[in-house]
Amino acid sequence: MDGLILLLPLMIPLAAAALTAMLWRSVRAQRAVGVAAAVALLVAAVTLLVRVLDGGVVASQMGDWRAPFGITFVADRFAAIMVVIAATMALATTVYGLAHDALDRERAGFHPLFHGLILGVIGSFLTGDLFNLYVWFEVMLIASFGLLILGGSREQIDGALKYAVLNLVGTTVFLIGVGFLYGITGTLNMADLAGKVPLAENRGLVSATAVMLLAAFGLKAAVFPLFFWLPASYHTAPPPVAAIFAALLTKVGVYAMIRVFTLVYGGAAEWVGPVVAVLAALTMLTGVLGAAAHYDIRRILAFHIISQIGFMLLGLAVWTPLALGGAVLYIVHHIVVKANLFLIAGAIERAGGSYQLKDLGGLSRSQPLLAVLFLIPALSLAGIPPLSGFWGKLTVIRAGLEQGHAWLAGVALLVGLLTLYSMIKIWNYAFWKEPPEGAPAVSGLTGRTRLLMLAPITALAAVTLTISLWAEPFVAVSLEAAAELLSPTAYIAAVLGSPAPGPTVLGALP
Amino acid sequence: MPSVILRTSARPLLALMLVFSLYLLLRGHNAPGGGFIGGLFAASGFAVYAIAFGRRAAEAALRFTPKAVLGAGLLLALVSGLPAFLLGEPFLTHLWWSVLSTALVFDVGVYLTVVGAVCAFLFELTEE
Repeated sequence: MDGLILLLPLMIPLAAAALTAMLWRSVRAQRAVGVAAAVALLVAAVTLLVRVLDGGVVASQMGDWRAPFGITFVADRFAAIMVVIAATMALATTVYGLAHDALDRERAGFHPLFHGLILGVIGSFLTGDLFNLYVWFEVMLIASFGLLILGGSREQIDGALKYAVLNLVGTTVFLIGVGFLYGITGTLNMADLAGKVPLAENRGLVSATAVMLLAAFGLKAAVFPLFFWLPASYHTAPPPVAAIFAALLTKVGVYAMIRVFTLVYGGAAEWVGPVVAVLAALTMLTGVLGAAAHYDIRRILAFHIISQIGFMLLGLAVWTPLALGGAVLYIVHHIVVKANLFLIAGAIERAGGSYQLKDLGGLSRSQPLLAVLFLIPALSLAGIPPLSGFWGKLTVIRAGLEQGHAWLAGVALLVGLLTLYSMIKIWNYAFWKEPPEGAPAVSGLTGRTRLLMLAPITALAAVTLTISLWAEPFVAVSLEAAAELLSPTAYIAAVLGSPAPGPTVLGALP
Repeated sequence: MPSVILRTSARPLLALMLVFSLYLLLRGHNAPGGGFIGGLFAASGFAVYAIAFGRRAAEAALRFTPKAVLGAGLLLALVSGLPAFLLGEPFLTHLWWSVLSTALVFDVGVYLTVVGAVCAFLFELTEE
C-alpha cells in the first residue's frame, strides 16, 4: 500500500503525458485529461505528505530489487513537502493555461511536455538513487526545452538554445561526478553512499566529486556565477510555462544540493559551508542588482529568482537545524510567490498589452482586484511582515546571526530592501502611474479569460496568506524536515532496511 | 525522385523489417534483443518507406500519428508495473506465467515508445 501511495505522484503525470500524447489530435480532450491529472496529482501528493507526517519515511524498491542494487524511491518530510508544492503549482498553471487559448502551441504538444516536466520534477524529489536523479534531470531538460521552443519565434529559440546547451554541460559534469563516486564507493544508492563516502580513503577525490556535484546543481539552481542562462531564456516563454519554470526548475537544483550535501556528504566535506556562504551572498546580490536595472516585468522577476536562490542556500551554508528549516520554509514560500508573480505578469500583459513597464499604467484603477492580488506576493517576496517571506527570511537570518555570520545576515537584509525597490517599481509603473500618452486601450482581461486567470492567482495568494498568518504549523513541519535531513538515520533505515548492513570499504585496493 | 530499385524494394523491406523487429522483440526475452532494438529496427523500416514514398505515405503506413504510438507505449510500460500492487509487491515487480509475463508487456511498451519517438523525429525531418 505504501508503495502505491509513494508512486502515485509519479504515475499520474506519466499516465497524463502518455494519454495526452495519444489524444494528439484533440486539444479539447488533452485539456480535460490535463486538468483531471493535475487534480488527481494534488490529491495523491497530499495523501503522501499525510502518510509521511504520520508514519515517517516511506521507501519502495522498484521491481523488488533490493537496495542498494535496484532503484529506490523514497519520501521523507522534505521530499513530500516538495511534491505537494509542485502538485499545487501544476494545478494552478494548468487552470491558468486554459485561459490562454494558445491552440497552435497546444497542437504542437504543450500538454504531453507539461506533464513530462512535472514527471521529471517529482521524480527528482522522490528518487533515492544518484544516477536515477541524473535521469530525471534529463527528463526535465528534454521537456523544458520542448516547452521553451513551442511557438518557435526567433527569440524563443535563441533563449532555448542557451538554456539547453548550458544545462547539458551541467548534467555532463553531474554524470562525471556520479561516475567518480561510483568508482570510489561502488554504489549509487544515496542512503548507501551516506555510509560509504565517509569511509572512502581517497579524500581528495571525494572532495572533487563534491565540487562537480556542487557545480552541476548550482547551474541547475542558477547560482552565481552559473546563472546567466536563466535571464536569457525565461522571459521568452509564454506565461504559464514561465510560471512553472520559475516555480520548479531552479528549486530542483536547490533540492538536489540540500539532499546530496546533507545525506551523501553529511559532514564529510567541511569546506562546503563557507564556500556556499560566499556563493549565496554573491547570488543574492547579482540577482537583485540585475533586477534593479530592468524594465521588463518578466526580466525583473527572472532576476529575482536568482536572488532568492541565495536565501535558500543560506540554509546549507549555516548548517544548523534552524537554518535548514528556514531554507525549507523559504523554498515553499518562494515557489508559491514566484509562480504567482509570473502568472500575474501574464495577466498584466493581458490587461495592459505589454510587459514593458513604461508602456503600462493605470491598472490599479482598471483592475483593482489584480492590483491587490499583485501586492500580496510582491510584498511577501520582499519580506514585509507578516507575509510569508518575512517568516522565511527571519528564520534564515536569525540562524545566520546565531552562528556569527553577521555579514551574511547584513547582505540578506540589504537584498530584501532592494527586492522591495523592484516590487515597488512594478507597482508604481504598472498600477499607480497614469497610462502613457497614446497607449492603446487594450483590456483582454474580461469574462472567461479573467476568471481562469484570476482564479489560480487568487488561490495562490490565499496559500501565501495562509502561510503568512498561520505560520506556526509550517515552521514546525519545516524544522522537523530539517532535523530529518541533518540526522538521516530514519531515511537510511527505510531504504536499506533496519538494521542497516555494516559499512564495507570498496575501492581501496591494496 | 528516388530510384526505381528503392521504390520497388521499400514495400517488401518494410514488411520484412517489421517481422524481424518483432522477432528481435520476442527474442529479447532471454537473449540479446528486446523492445529498444526491435523498435529501432521497425522505425528504420518506416524510414526507408519515407525516403522512397515521402512523408505522407509513411504516415499513412504507420496509421496512427507517431506521438500517439509513443504515448501508447509509455502507457503500456506503466500498466505493466501495476499488477505487482495486487500481490503487495513493489511497482514493476514482474509476474510470470511460464513464458508469458508482465515483463513482455513492458518490452512491448518500450518497442512502441521507440517506434513512436524515432518516427516522430524522422517524419519532421523528412521533406514532403
